Amino acid sequence: MDAIRLDLDGLAARVSDGAKIALPPDYSYCAMALVRAIIARNVRDLHLVGVPALGFQADQLIGAGCVGTVETAAVTLGEFGLAPRFSASIKAAGIRMLDATCPAIHAGLQASEKGVPFMPLRGVIGSDVEKRRDDWVIGQNPFAENDPILMVKAIQPDFAVFHAPLADRFGNVWVGVRRELMLMAHAAKSSLVTVEKIVDGNLLDDPVRAAGTIPGLYVGAIAEAEQGAWPLGIPGGYDADQDELARYVDMARTEDGFAAYMAGTKAVAAE
Amino acid sequence: MTTVSDGVRAEEILIASIADMLDGLSHIAVGASSPVPGAAAMLARARHPDRTRVSVLGSEDNNFFTDGGKELFDCAGQGRIDAFFLGGAQIDGQANINLVSVGDPDKPKVRFPGSFGSSYMYFTVPRVILFRLEHTPRTLVEKVDFISAPGTSEPNIYRPGGPYALITDRCLFHFDREKGRFSLASVHPGHTVEEIREQTGFDYDEPADVPETRLPDTKTLETIRGPVAAQIAEIYPGFAAEVFGIEKAA
Repeated sequence: MDAIRLDLDGLAARVSDGAKIALPPDYSYCAMALVRAIIARNVRDLHLVGVPALGFQADQLIGAGCVGTVETAAVTLGEFGLAPRFSASIKAAGIRMLDATCPAIHAGLQASEKGVPFMPLRGVIGSDVEKRRDDWVIGQNPFAENDPILMVKAIQPDFAVFHAPLADRFGNVWVGVRRELMLMAHAAKSSLVTVEKIVDGNLLDDPVRAAGTIPGLYVGAIAEAEQGAWPLGIPGGYDADQDELARYVDMARTEDGFAAYMAGTKAVAAE
Repeated sequence: MTTVSDGVRAEEILIASIADMLDGLSHIAVGASSPVPGAAAMLARARHPDRTRVSVLGSEDNNFFTDGGKELFDCAGQGRIDAFFLGGAQIDGQANINLVSVGDPDKPKVRFPGSFGSSYMYFTVPRVILFRLEHTPRTLVEKVDFISAPGTSEPNIYRPGGPYALITDRCLFHFDREKGRFSLASVHPGHTVEEIREQTGFDYDEPADVPETRLPDTKTLETIRGPVAAQIAEIYPGFAAEVFGIEKAA
């Protein structure tokens, strides 16, 4: 079956107000161009799920007012420090924050991947992370006496949103070792994927490549977007644009600076 | 961190001191943004190259995981990781750590990135070493404002892991899991026990004689400044340039 191929705007148009979208961390394959297209559409009240942490994508979506809820183990810009629009929004109580811990996000997604309602996880008990989550329950290990264990409710995003180096016309998407993207795609109802290049042939024909390929079954639509992770990089492809990221962090310290940055980026993208 | 004792930099004392606590372990994992613990893990590996594996998150040369972001945690849950490092915007006397916020978490005065994997790794990794370069009453507090991960748990909670030690720019504390308290183990050169007491916001045990933290021996210094410095430059070029004066290989 052939994949649905759209352009960036067409892909962004699938994300409606209130959608729950899973996003990878900055060191993975991030669909930054698609995030800008979502922002341009003025989508509201998104529920972001960081797998397991969020970075530039979330900061820009939050700054643009697109986000209602943030569910993640952390929001960080790595060596660039704290995420400025996220921090401002938290201090102003402008978003609902669901603090998590990395393996709890993975466990919640794994539950959805298997179609089960929850996943048990060791640790976490007694932390304020656990105490502040209504959707996590401390239960009993049914196979032992007096062994409390955390149960994390399944996380099913409406969309996994990410970038990748390659796809084929059947919507098979190659992610290599970036298998958190595989987990996201399995768990989400559907995936919206941008790729550097859509190739001829079938990526599943070569068993070496097939092992790192998400089958088109999980992929709702794809769009070709060269340099689609910019200004982030894609490991094994191109490096992050450090100057551009620094320019963002500097400008996003204020609301006006952030707006000016986003307007400028939109103008550049339109050329 | 530029104090020098007998030509040895403060960072080198910390690296050697941490590596001594990792000696002979099978698998040491290091999170992002941890150049000193990262270098210490590499020193421990250099001492036992046939026995010790090191996984550094965010490194291409020192990361052999192939199952995505979850594999480190799955590994820890199985007991395949022996040592890990955690920090904290605040750390208290019961070894509770706070990576989330200062003040009311719903309306925080300061918001930090978040708990990352701490709420889990603190329970599953046997030897968690807390590392904090700012040793002041602001960071080492009586009670944290938010518990990302608790230092101790009730006896019926499954917990093979937990805090082992806390190392700062001033001293090394050991943590007694039975008592749920820190004990001053050694004071780094140039610092005093009185100063530690003054700069620590929580109470802790102090033996009658507190030794000075040992300076690394010649062989250790050679290893740190040679292979370890070269390896750490791949991940933390800024740190390697500042501390060891070397640039990342092209």
